[in-house]
Amino acid sequence: MTEIKKLIDENGLRVDGRKLDEIRPIKIEIGLLANADGSAYIEQGRNKIIVAVYGPREAQPKHIGLHDRAAIRCRYHMAPFSTDERKSPAPSRREIEISKVIREALEPAIFSEYYPRSMIDIFIEVLQSDGGSRCAAITASSLALADAGIPLKDLVVACAVGKIDGKLAVDLSDVEDKLGEADMPIAYIPALRKISLIQMDGIFTEEEFFKALNMAKDACMKIYKIQKEALKQKYLQTEKE
Amino acid sequence: MSVTSQVEPLTKIKSKRMMKLLASGKRLDGRGLLDYREIKIENGVVEKAEGSALVSMGNTKVLVGVKIETGQPYPDLPNQGALTVNAEFVPLAYKYFEPGPPDENSIELARLVDRGIRESKTIDMEKLVIIPGKEVYVVFVDVYILDHDGNLVDAAGLAAVSAILNAKLPVYRVKENGEVIKMDEYVPLPVQNCPIPVTMVKIDDKILVDPTLDEENMASAKLTITLTKNGEICAMQKSGLGAFTLDEIVEAQKIARKKSSEIREKFFREWC
Repeated sequence: MTEIKKLIDENGLRVDGRKLDEIRPIKIEIGLLANADGSAYIEQGRNKIIVAVYGPREAQPKHIGLHDRAAIRCRYHMAPFSTDERKSPAPSRREIEISKVIREALEPAIFSEYYPRSMIDIFIEVLQSDGGSRCAAITASSLALADAGIPLKDLVVACAVGKIDGKLAVDLSDVEDKLGEADMPIAYIPALRKISLIQMDGIFTEEEFFKALNMAKDACMKIYKIQKEALKQKYLQTEKE
Repeated sequence: MSVTSQVEPLTKIKSKRMMKLLASGKRLDGRGLLDYREIKIENGVVEKAEGSALVSMGNTKVLVGVKIETGQPYPDLPNQGALTVNAEFVPLAYKYFEPGPPDENSIELARLVDRGIRESKTIDMEKLVIIPGKEVYVVFVDVYILDHDGNLVDAAGLAAVSAILNAKLPVYRVKENGEVIKMDEYVPLPVQNCPIPVTMVKIDDKILVDPTLDEENMASAKLTITLTKNGEICAMQKSGLGAFTLDEIVEAQKIARKKSSEIREKFFREWC
């Protein structure tokens, strides 16, 4: 077995050279799929995630239709080759839980009440996974929803804060997630000033929790800027064409 | 795939009354916003299980059975025992529970209870090794919902902790040829923490603890915070279609901190 290495070096830098409050490089592409009504692709660290949105369309099967709002269907799925060891393509318990929390993170931002008896599908495929894939998936999903022309209260942006070597750090990579002491993903809707996803595992004191909450919000606002810029670029490009 | 689910709407007269009471800080069953329903815990209700507990919280009833067997360790944790938590939403508990494989709600509940126990290191997993890297104890925590009137997470979390704290560990002996045999002897399961989950819902900008099913159906969002005996947060989960403001989450954390230590003091005095 390899030695457990230190996650923060003597200069206060992390394994990949980042500072504690520094997010990983993000690359976003919007509208890359021809068939989907909306799509987005995100690279955040080594995460490579593609999201497609179909709808609003007629609820199918009919019984999932709701009389007062659109039903949102969400599937978070990891490709078999996305991990170090092959992952069975059948949905794991983890993926089922994440599909649910992602859906519930996005729902508060969608004007679902405009489309009763219809459904909106969000299909997330993780092509390569790194730490924080649910957060990157949420960031990309809200862009795919916007690309599909679905009315949103705002984009939803997500980022995790964790504890590594006893210190709080944002946007954990997979080694940091695995060897760290805590992980708290958060999804934020800036226009509503609301948190639509919060999960935590590991150990936080009350003080760490408050600090982590604010660090997560700040990191979310950094990503929000990148996210909005990507959307703007896409439509400037469309205008030129 | 996860789909927006139908919530059973309350009758108009009931929802109106609930909202009216809420405005003055009261609830349909007479409780204040931050009161739990009466909690009862009965341990050892299933003798064949190594540990068991039946928790009732108002009309909600949850039974947890702990079975302990032996098996291979997880490949990445060769010198630790294994823990698995599973939840069954059995059809007798509620008219909308259907038989079949666990759905997203039961998986979410099981994983949330699991996180509370695992992250707080409630069971000392390093003491559950029989032959390092080969044979370890496997602790199965099975959550059985018997009657659903809301707040399944807290009832299940309490029952799981209670069953674990009272569980006995069968003794195994390793023979010279490497064979592992079960002795007719038990020791207490090595435990070292007592995590207590506290679940709150938000109805119309008010935070309520221990929601009933009616209150869950009226709520826009739900938040569970689990705290250890030392007051650290060890698990958290938001669910539901709504969202919380930052201030509400800060407030909820304070409520959870207070409530969890009250419950621990009442039922698990030795862990305070």
